[in-house]
Amino acid sequence: VRAGRLQARAVLEEHLARIDAAEPQVHAFNLVNAEPARAAADAVDATVAAGHDPGPLAGVPVALKDNLCTRGVPTTCSSRILEHWVPPYDATVVQRLAAAGAVAVGKTNLDEFAMGSSTENSAFGPTRNPHDLTRVPGGSSGGSAAAVAAGFAAIGIGSDTGGSIRQPAALCGVVGVKPTYGLVSRYGLIAFASSLDQIGPFASSVADAALLLDVIAGPDPCDSTSLRDAPPSAAARLGEGVDGLRVGVVTELTGAEGIAPDVVARTRECADALAGAGAKVEDVSVPAAVYGLSAYYLIAPAEASSNLSRYDGVRYGFRADGEDITEMYLRTRSAGFGAEVKRRIMLGTYALSAGYYDAYYGKAQQVRTLIIRDFAAAYEQFDVLLAPTAPGTAFALGAKTADPLTMYLNDVCTIPSNLAGHPAMSVPFGGGDDGLPVGVQVLAPALGETVMFQVAAAIEAAAPPLAPPVMAPPGGGR
Amino acid sequence: MTATVTEWETVIGLEVHAELRTATKLFCGCRNQFGEEPNTCVCAVCLGLPGSLPVLNRMAVEYAMRIGTALHCRVQRSIFHRKNYFYPDMPKDYQISQYDLPINVDGWLELPGGRRIGVERAHMEEDTGKTTHVGGGGRIHDAAHSLVDYNRAGVPLVEIVSAPDLRSADEARAYVEELRAILVATGASDGKMEEGSLRVDANVSIRPAGSPDFGTRCEIKNLNSLRSLGRAIDFEAARQARVLEDGGRVVQETRHWDEAAGRTGSMRSKEEAFDYRYFPEPDLVPVEPSDEWIAAAAAAIPALPAARRADVAAAGGGDAGADAVVTVVRLDLDHYAQAVAAAGGDAALAVRRLANEVAADIESIERLTEPAFVRLVAMETDGSLTTAQARTVLKELLAAGGDPDGVAARLGFEAMGADDLAAVVDRVTGEHPAEWERYRAGEDKLTGFFLGHIKTATDGNADLKAASALLRAHRG
Repeated sequence: VRAGRLQARAVLEEHLARIDAAEPQVHAFNLVNAEPARAAADAVDATVAAGHDPGPLAGVPVALKDNLCTRGVPTTCSSRILEHWVPPYDATVVQRLAAAGAVAVGKTNLDEFAMGSSTENSAFGPTRNPHDLTRVPGGSSGGSAAAVAAGFAAIGIGSDTGGSIRQPAALCGVVGVKPTYGLVSRYGLIAFASSLDQIGPFASSVADAALLLDVIAGPDPCDSTSLRDAPPSAAARLGEGVDGLRVGVVTELTGAEGIAPDVVARTRECADALAGAGAKVEDVSVPAAVYGLSAYYLIAPAEASSNLSRYDGVRYGFRADGEDITEMYLRTRSAGFGAEVKRRIMLGTYALSAGYYDAYYGKAQQVRTLIIRDFAAAYEQFDVLLAPTAPGTAFALGAKTADPLTMYLNDVCTIPSNLAGHPAMSVPFGGGDDGLPVGVQVLAPALGETVMFQVAAAIEAAAPPLAPPVMAPPGGGR
Repeated sequence: MTATVTEWETVIGLEVHAELRTATKLFCGCRNQFGEEPNTCVCAVCLGLPGSLPVLNRMAVEYAMRIGTALHCRVQRSIFHRKNYFYPDMPKDYQISQYDLPINVDGWLELPGGRRIGVERAHMEEDTGKTTHVGGGGRIHDAAHSLVDYNRAGVPLVEIVSAPDLRSADEARAYVEELRAILVATGASDGKMEEGSLRVDANVSIRPAGSPDFGTRCEIKNLNSLRSLGRAIDFEAARQARVLEDGGRVVQETRHWDEAAGRTGSMRSKEEAFDYRYFPEPDLVPVEPSDEWIAAAAAAIPALPAARRADVAAAGGGDAGADAVVTVVRLDLDHYAQAVAAAGGDAALAVRRLANEVAADIESIERLTEPAFVRLVAMETDGSLTTAQARTVLKELLAAGGDPDGVAARLGFEAMGADDLAAVVDRVTGEHPAEWERYRAGEDKLTGFFLGHIKTATDGNADLKAASALLRAHRG
């Protein structure tokens, strides 16, 4: 598009046609915004026609997770409590995408307030995996992952608090990246757990994901936790191979209980492929990583219980009337939130309560420190680490909804990076015994995006072929 | 506790909330302005809209450090916490405040009488919105509906927490007055209790006089003036004494001061108290002011009230009395006294005039120029104006401006010439020959008798000091 060989409008229409054909089965979107998207695409074409630079993502259709604020466009978090809320402002990431020429096609489905690993916790119905409509796409950013996998959008934006980008990327067979905490501004991302949330890209290739990350990363005065220095380039060393790089396979995560044998096998094959490409590959122990899940399920609900207090029916969103203010609060929140959100608010409220703070929230923060320390030790010996992304391939809808703990175990391999604030990404690497996609995860130290993408590109190049998604027509992408 | 104890000591600690005079709010760019139309100074951040994030106002930190420095606190690395509770005027249903690592700790404030009151901490936090309850008794419980104005939400506050060092309502008032003067002097706050930019909560307990242990305290809210503060403390101390003397137990609770009824009433007990579930605010980074910045904040503090009082006293104004000096400094009138002293005038006389006539008409202070005041004091000192005349001229200067010589002339206060005064003295002594003989025989107390008659005879225009000298001279 930028070179004038393609019309942004034509690219968009291809994607909209695919949405028309398959979205009713997949349900990746809460909202498809076709007309504003057409206007944006036309504007890009006009910019090119006028001889101006339309930006690095000119005319690229992007799917936005529906927890990113979009001015004038409903933003729901897939929750009844925000069903009709229309933000008066754009998230920083949304602004940067528009400035880069990207065309937002719609708002994608998610587990309510990003709490879940299957997108089944949406108040507006689940999203289905484009590779097998009886399976979940993973979550919480299942809508964005499915949209990219199904060719509804070339790229997608998700948010990752405990694996919510990487796990659905793995299950949908696309690339998903959680950047270093603070690399991408959180301004306008509706908070789940503020100290863990990080926005990141979905794409069908490592190069596209790198391009997208380089557009959205960088300091933002509106986010006090955004890093002040210029961000590392994700795309800098994509073609340079891995000769001489040191890659550690995390034994605690690869050998964790509940990791499916086919997933372990792909991870090992991936490690072998990197070794074959010249990397020095060894096993490494990160002992505290095994405590990540427990610490996460104290810290994330604790922060969520506070972040979600504001949905009280007083100022905006859903309100259920009551006789007095207390009854109004109770009815609004009882009817407005789904079961998983209520469960986590209760968990978090308990963890922060007087007399329990030290034993729960305080202890969890200590675990966090230990995880950072153990990762630091591992990165003294290795440039990047390797681990599975998810314990298995996409599971059937309803298979894990009965038992929250089983669902929580889906994030066991992804959570440590959130707790440490480090970057990690999932790259497709062949299929499981059921033929569905498997992702392997590349972990890097803080601000190690350049080497992380370098290794990811090598994995992509070595990955065994996988059948295309049943719902995606041939072609597509950019 | 026995019923024989009759003497109680009141123990008071004060929590003072001061709004900072920043141009914008604590975490967003909205204007920090009192008295605007409701909900016109708001944005996504101070309304707590989903996805919004706070960014700390640097000037608020600067003001907080000025306050801490002026209160002799240690200024330290600090972090923000979230204080979680549901209330409709709090947009996020949590307040961003400082908890166990506040910016200022361990200071003190010296009362004008010289006693030092401990300041445990002075921390930053955001203000809440303002709720108006319509219908019922004007409280949230019985209102028909409520309106919330979020203009105040996110306005920067510094909460100054005193040690439980105050021992009486008078002392508590003196503390707040002195603190207010310090806040205004630092430029950090305008200290207007009537506009709510300075708000006081009082923790009150009583104990047998001489006991080292503290009694159970009650926190009193809704103290909107110094008068309320004093009345509420006196009421509450008496109430607690009654409870204890009747063999009861004081319950730790929050009590609401009802100004109209003149009493405190229970709001909520300790058992009903909120569990605020404090935890570190993850949307903000620690506040780590450099030594240079702390020093710069300290350097920006002008002379504080205590130092200014010392200056006035040293210039001779102290002879007018400590209370008068306190008043002069509190009302920012010390520059007049300094000007008199600098011109070689009588600073004590200046302080008396400022603390009385000028303080009584402080709204008109704009009309009184420094040179006019210096001249007025000089005229009174050299006898060109009597005390009564000087007071009248000063009131006229405040009412209409002008210069003292012109005003005195207009009022007919031409100095009574020495010959005229001598004639009056002669006449008065001649009219009272018996008293005159007794005075001449040494009965000094009759001086007053004659001065009174001289004053009457001259309509108060006589310089009584000069008249007194003439009487002494005449008795030979």
